[in-house]
Amino acid sequence: MKKISLDNQAASPLEPAVLEAMLPFFTEHYGNPSSGHELGNAPRKALEGARASVAGLINAEPREIIFTASASESNNLAIKGLLAANRSKGNHIISSSVEHFSVLNQLKTLEKEGFAVTLLPVDQYGLVNPVQLEQAITDKTILVSIQAANPEIGTIQPLDDLVKVAESKGVPFHTDAAAAAGWIEIDVKKTGVALLSLAGDQFYGPKGSAALYISQKTRIRPLIEGGIQERGLRAGTENVPALVGLGVAAKLASETMAQRVKAITLLRDQLKERLLENVPHLHLNGHPKQRLPHNLNLSVQFVEGEALLLRMNMAGIYVSSGSSCTSQALKSSHVLAAIGLPPELAQGSLLLSLGRQNNAEEVPYITEQLAAVADLLRRMSPLYHQYLKEVQNNA
Amino acid sequence: MPEYSDKVMDHFSNPRNIGEIGEADGMGEVGNPVCGDMMKFTIKVKDNRIEDVKYLTFGCGAAIAVSSMVSEMAKGKTLEEALKITNKQVAEELDGLPGNKLHCSNLGADALHKAIEDYMEKQGVKGENAS
Repeated sequence: MKKISLDNQAASPLEPAVLEAMLPFFTEHYGNPSSGHELGNAPRKALEGARASVAGLINAEPREIIFTASASESNNLAIKGLLAANRSKGNHIISSSVEHFSVLNQLKTLEKEGFAVTLLPVDQYGLVNPVQLEQAITDKTILVSIQAANPEIGTIQPLDDLVKVAESKGVPFHTDAAAAAGWIEIDVKKTGVALLSLAGDQFYGPKGSAALYISQKTRIRPLIEGGIQERGLRAGTENVPALVGLGVAAKLASETMAQRVKAITLLRDQLKERLLENVPHLHLNGHPKQRLPHNLNLSVQFVEGEALLLRMNMAGIYVSSGSSCTSQALKSSHVLAAIGLPPELAQGSLLLSLGRQNNAEEVPYITEQLAAVADLLRRMSPLYHQYLKEVQNNA
Repeated sequence: MPEYSDKVMDHFSNPRNIGEIGEADGMGEVGNPVCGDMMKFTIKVKDNRIEDVKYLTFGCGAAIAVSSMVSEMAKGKTLEEALKITNKQVAEELDGLPGNKLHCSNLGADALHKAIEDYMEKQGVKGENAS
């Protein structure tokens, strides 16, 4: 049976050139970049090359890039690290209700430690309003952290406008760009963010390869103390192969972003249209236009997401859902709740994320399978039967 | 993907007794879309036995498999026997459920018991009217 992954934001295969560049650093160039002898030379040079490539992706200076092992780590280093260095300046943090758990959960902890946290609401599309940000800033505010794009519903925030507001009040701005980096143009110099998190596995680099951009004027404290790797901001021997992979992935993303985005937008829109035409009672979640090019989030009314996921899996199609039952915590998506989606539609949400291995030939099969699965599950759904009765009564 | 037993996947893939009995003798509904699971059981009773049982389920793989298993377990049983079906038995018959899905088995037995109680209540009312 054909296998089709529509869960590329969770995992996607490496670009072949990425893997190829990584391999020698497991064997031939196994040295430690901190070594004084010549074994350290090739890995050290490769690491600095990777740093320059990552900097290039977001128009930063290489020395403004700190390597980490995940965007979650970058988010923690950005927020906790900045607060540790600026504790005397205030105790108020502003973020949004649709952030990733690696932001939201540390904010909960920080609240317990005495920080005041404001989570800005979003509109029906998931957008944060810059006016509301402006109103929320006080003289105690020491950090604003708002994502560049939402990984679940794909909505791209008006980052330039949001940063401008924070800048005008002298408050540093962190953005979690894990879902966005590699897919939308990001220029840290133009935008003026103080801190930015990104992850290589979101643009065909390896898992465990990530970075934090720290602008030259921004001071943070390390979370992991030890040696002076990463300018003392992140101790521990560098994962050279993964970071070399990150560098190549960043370079490829910089060079081919326009073509990639064009091709995947076309494919995503084609899939979206075919699905909306052929599967009744589908709802699009997130912004219709201002969204990540590879992201599609739909709610299949009257059915539950895990059942959809399992049935699609049986057809060889891998998808993700924001339903309670698909989360380990058995809580439905906080993002779908924040955009005001009714619980029934949140339970039936499907996250489809495309990657370079998907193609137009797959679209008819995916459409046919989702239509069949939705129909089958609806036939056993009490909500659907209730709906049919209501339609009958109104006729 | 949760680690479902082969039996759970069998009942999820080929659920038995789906539907709604038109002139049901008893009906039991549990759950809501907020928690993510809803079940509606309808039963036909003859000579104190569950002659037929059908269900409609909105929910995850475990919820669908549980509904299907409960319907199989209840069919042909006397009302007293069916009332004794426990959540634990349902989970055991399915060769277990992942820890965080055990609550789904509660819903299945609850919905069945509600349908039986609904029938008994109606019988009680009828009985009183007759005397």
